Amino acid sequence: MIFVGIEVIGRVPSVLHTPLMSGANAIHGVVVIGAIIIMGQAEESNYLALILGFLAVVLGTLNVVGGFVVTDRMLEMFKKKK
Amino acid sequence: MGFNILTLCYLIASVTFILGLKMLSNPATARRGNLLAAFGMGIAILGTIFLYTSHDTGEHLGNYPWIFGGLLIGGIIGTLAAKKVKMTAMPEMVSMFNGMGGACAALISVVEFGHLSKEITDGVVTAASVQPTVLIIVLGLIIGSVSFAGSMIAWGKLNGKVSDFSFTGQNILNLVILAVALTAGAYLVYDPTQSVLLYVILGLSLVYGILFVMPIGGADMPVVISLLNSFTGVAAACGGFLYDNKVMLTGGILVGAAGTLLTILMCKAMNRSLLNVLIGSFGGSKTAVAGASSDMGQIKEISLSDAAMVMSYANKVMIVPGYGLAVAQAQHVCHELEKILEEKGVEVKYAIHPVAGRMPGHMNVLLAEADVPYEKLLEMEDANDEFKTCDVVLILGANDVVNPAAKNDPASPIYGMPILEVELAKTVIVNKRSMKPGYAGIENALFFQPKTSMLFGDAKKVLQDLCAEVKAI
Repeated sequence: MIFVGIEVIGRVPSVLHTPLMSGANAIHGVVVIGAIIIMGQAEESNYLALILGFLAVVLGTLNVVGGFVVTDRMLEMFKKKK
Repeated sequence: MGFNILTLCYLIASVTFILGLKMLSNPATARRGNLLAAFGMGIAILGTIFLYTSHDTGEHLGNYPWIFGGLLIGGIIGTLAAKKVKMTAMPEMVSMFNGMGGACAALISVVEFGHLSKEITDGVVTAASVQPTVLIIVLGLIIGSVSFAGSMIAWGKLNGKVSDFSFTGQNILNLVILAVALTAGAYLVYDPTQSVLLYVILGLSLVYGILFVMPIGGADMPVVISLLNSFTGVAAACGGFLYDNKVMLTGGILVGAAGTLLTILMCKAMNRSLLNVLIGSFGGSKTAVAGASSDMGQIKEISLSDAAMVMSYANKVMIVPGYGLAVAQAQHVCHELEKILEEKGVEVKYAIHPVAGRMPGHMNVLLAEADVPYEKLLEMEDANDEFKTCDVVLILGANDVVNPAAKNDPASPIYGMPILEVELAKTVIVNKRSMKPGYAGIENALFFQPKTSMLFGDAKKVLQDLCAEVKAI
């Protein structure tokens, strides 16, 4: 997987560094899945786990959704003049 | 059966991440790539919610209201923030989202450890048997919280809310803090019952994250954010190990590797090594160069109408946009000026330095927003070939990327960085708000050269006035 990562980015024009970083940023938002699993398995009475897990889900989603939307907005601007 | 479908979902998601990232590195397919990855993420998340079953009990996940509540809140805030943010503030937004991901990873570690230590106390598992899990938890915690704290500082810095801050021995202190955190982590792995240590590690990692980013200058921020981005990727991969979750593992490692490579690429664009960025921060050399500024000679100012005149009668004008253009939101006026000049038969092009602005590609995004045609944007090498045929170079709020010291002054902190060789042109007009040095904190000899004249003022205001003046000629 490390090699795939390196292969994937091998030759990228500097123009795309920012969107690429932003896109990768959104992808590591997969941590949210871990947060969801925590939430799903937490016992009803374990408030600490529930609250922390809830926070983790919110933050993770923020990362995912925000990341993809920002990237899309950046790329939208590249598209327009074509 | 449910589990198999979930495995398939994860497989699909992993493939979309790889393809998406691949497509993101090509201008033509970038947007679709992003959407593809987002789609894959959706599948992975929904799949987890509805199909995930616990290894031990085979039960589905519960607490749906909480999960959906969290997704909804995060989704709404994320969308709004991402839609509202100005194009110029994009870099800090990315940094902030990155921090959120890091915090998420750190929180997972905290909760999982709490879960684990309860099981140890209850005698469900022995301390020795959970050591590998604790190792992963500790790694996720350290990396996640460093990424969170670092990203928040980077966000504040780009926002202008946090200023550079460094003191002597800071690098050593940082190393000590990191070493203590790692030692505490190692001890916790050795003896998982010492749960207090977890919070010690959390605290130290946060402090380390703050101190680590504090002294790094604004010009290097993109590199730092990219690095922190790959950190969060690794933290996510730790989560993947923890839950034996393929998609977290794939996504995390993918971003970790890609992020690291991207960081190195960015360093190359600035001709600096990663170590150099992290330790030899620009800020530290401020005092050394400031003394030399007084004997650089006199600067020459140019009036608006003169500048307009020079440009209208030029054959070829090259515009060099920089951060000043970005803060002033002047990209549209800039395009306006370009059109007016073209109507007068002047050839107008833009020279884009790879690290102009606050992030690589920042200027391209901004100018694209203002509908500047793609062909008019020249990359550094092409631009450098064309400067000698230019009559006028108009520099808009760029500084370090046109500083000749990078070429001819080995003592300069930016020595070796490739620059736009604007001094090859016949005339150089520099628009800046003041004589304040750029982010590298050094004087620019270019401003004192006889062929250079200064046009002080806010980029937007100056460009608007220029437009009016040029029209009137």
